[in-house]
Amino acid sequence: MAQITLSNLAHSYGSNGLHEEDFALKAMNHVWQDGGSYALLGPSGCGKTTLLNIISGLVTPSQGRVLFDDIDVTHVPTEKRNIAQVFQFPVVYDTLTVRENLAFPLKNRGLTASAIDARVVLIAEMIGLMATLDTQARGLTPDAKQKISLGRGLVRESVNAILFDEPLTVIDPLLKWELRAQLKALHRQFGHTMIYVTHDQTEALTFAEQVVMLHEGRVVQMGTPEALFETPEHTFVGHFIGSPGMNLLDAEIADNHALIAGYSVPLGARYATLAGRTQIGIRPEYIEFSADKGLPVQIQRIDDVGHRRIVRAEAAGCAIAVSLAEGTALDATMTHVQFVPEKINVYADDWRVQGKVV
Amino acid sequence: MGKRQNNTAWLLVLPVLILVAFSAVIPLMTVVNYAFNDTFGNNQFFWNGWGWFEEMVRSERLHAALGRQVLFTGCILIIEVPLGIVVALNMPKKGFWASVCLVLMALPLLIPFNVVGTIWQIFCRVDIGLLGRATAALGIDYNYTNDPFDAWVTLIVMDVWHWTSLVALLCYAGLRSIPEAYYQAARIDQANRWDVFRYIELPKLSGVLLIAVLLRFIDSFMIYTEPFVVTGGGPGNSTTFLSIDLVKMAIGQFDLGPAAAFSLMYFLIILLISWVFYTVMITIDPQEGR
Repeated sequence: MAQITLSNLAHSYGSNGLHEEDFALKAMNHVWQDGGSYALLGPSGCGKTTLLNIISGLVTPSQGRVLFDDIDVTHVPTEKRNIAQVFQFPVVYDTLTVRENLAFPLKNRGLTASAIDARVVLIAEMIGLMATLDTQARGLTPDAKQKISLGRGLVRESVNAILFDEPLTVIDPLLKWELRAQLKALHRQFGHTMIYVTHDQTEALTFAEQVVMLHEGRVVQMGTPEALFETPEHTFVGHFIGSPGMNLLDAEIADNHALIAGYSVPLGARYATLAGRTQIGIRPEYIEFSADKGLPVQIQRIDDVGHRRIVRAEAAGCAIAVSLAEGTALDATMTHVQFVPEKINVYADDWRVQGKVV
Repeated sequence: MGKRQNNTAWLLVLPVLILVAFSAVIPLMTVVNYAFNDTFGNNQFFWNGWGWFEEMVRSERLHAALGRQVLFTGCILIIEVPLGIVVALNMPKKGFWASVCLVLMALPLLIPFNVVGTIWQIFCRVDIGLLGRATAALGIDYNYTNDPFDAWVTLIVMDVWHWTSLVALLCYAGLRSIPEAYYQAARIDQANRWDVFRYIELPKLSGVLLIAVLLRFIDSFMIYTEPFVVTGGGPGNSTTFLSIDLVKMAIGQFDLGPAAAFSLMYFLIILLISWVFYTVMITIDPQEGR
């Protein structure tokens, strides 16, 4: 187990990467704690797989260093990094039994037969593979195979980090929940450093203690799921996280008020004069309907998504989404919306501005 | 509801039926006819029952040809399959040289069989052939026209030259289809090269290898043209394989009855072994369980 440090790390797949746009991964400095669970979240092409491959050693970064604890491993090949990786689809040794599959990495590292056996049985019990321990891997279901891949990572006690590259892609939705819960339990029990790449916000937010949000090769925010939800540092994070994402409205910011198309909206903090494009961001969950206070609104559509209702509406010329909890009344007299002032975030040129709380 | 079945569409199948009848069924039936009858010419046939079959089953000549055939097919399979795998493993994976390799490897497969025979017939001749002259100059006693062993070596080397590419290309395609993640996982597990071959590459190749073995088995078991051109079945009968013997019997000696019985049994042997291969392939596939 190790602390992972990314020092001035950047990568370009092109020749030199003279321009910033050429970098698939733009310069970053991060320290990931030993024993932490991190999710790299972002849409396709945001650089999350590149970052994972740099950590696993499949890609050598064009600049900067990767450190495991205090050892520079930037140029150390994959097999010497003592990491484990679980891939998008199950990678198992088809002709070997489940037991032999789990024992394989230990055997190659020269452990004694009794030590291997004890460890294999321990891991197989944890991930629920005891019943199929002596069957050939090729006949098993995809989720059982993916468990073997996972088991081969866990079976090595001293592994520096376990990397997951969208490991639940081929798994049935029902089993996804089970495997995810199991991963979390395993993390609690063993305390391995785990890095989990995904484009699915639910997966990232339920699995990780720290979510690393990537956008166009840049880490736009790293924080707890709550932080990503409540205070997105970048409009992209606000938009990407949440279902539906954060509402962003162009506004003029004047001290503790925002002006949207002539209407004044109270903010939860005081702001200095801001330059550039200014917006306010408000989660659909923090908008309330009222009869006469706030912005006038025209409701266009209501989607019932089970436990909540999503109202699509137009307020002061902007499209907004409102998420109503079950049982909240909504009738024709409610022609205005109000934003919860403390939940409003202010953005200047897409980046969040910290106001002074009164 | 009493829907009337319209059977006129069957007429559309008729052309194919006629075509297949003329191309396969009728010739085969002619052979069957010869196999159960005896004739002294004039298109007069006398019923002979299983006579020719019994004679052929006991024929030492056929036993010897079958023995040589099995030995030949066995030899080329033992050489070509592992060699093809080794070649495929060492071929460049991409870029200019991969294309060069593919073209070079495909070349022998494109040469007509009798041309292959002629090439090797001349190449190995002691008087004018490059190989024959070279071995003579090196003091090696080599002459495929009068030494049975040399004749066998020549034919096997020729077949290996001609067909190893097929096995190699099939394996190459099989290897390319293995996702990179398997190799990455093996590196992470610190597997050595042999383990990678044994636990990843070979299991993933099992499908194409079965096809390769099946194709090479059928082809080599029916080999005719190349040995006919190079050795003509000699010296003596030492390279007279089943097809060559069959042609000698049917056209050389005009023993149509025995030859027909012989060819039917030959056909059944190939059918039987192909069926076994097919069954094995079918039973292996579902186990993939993807």
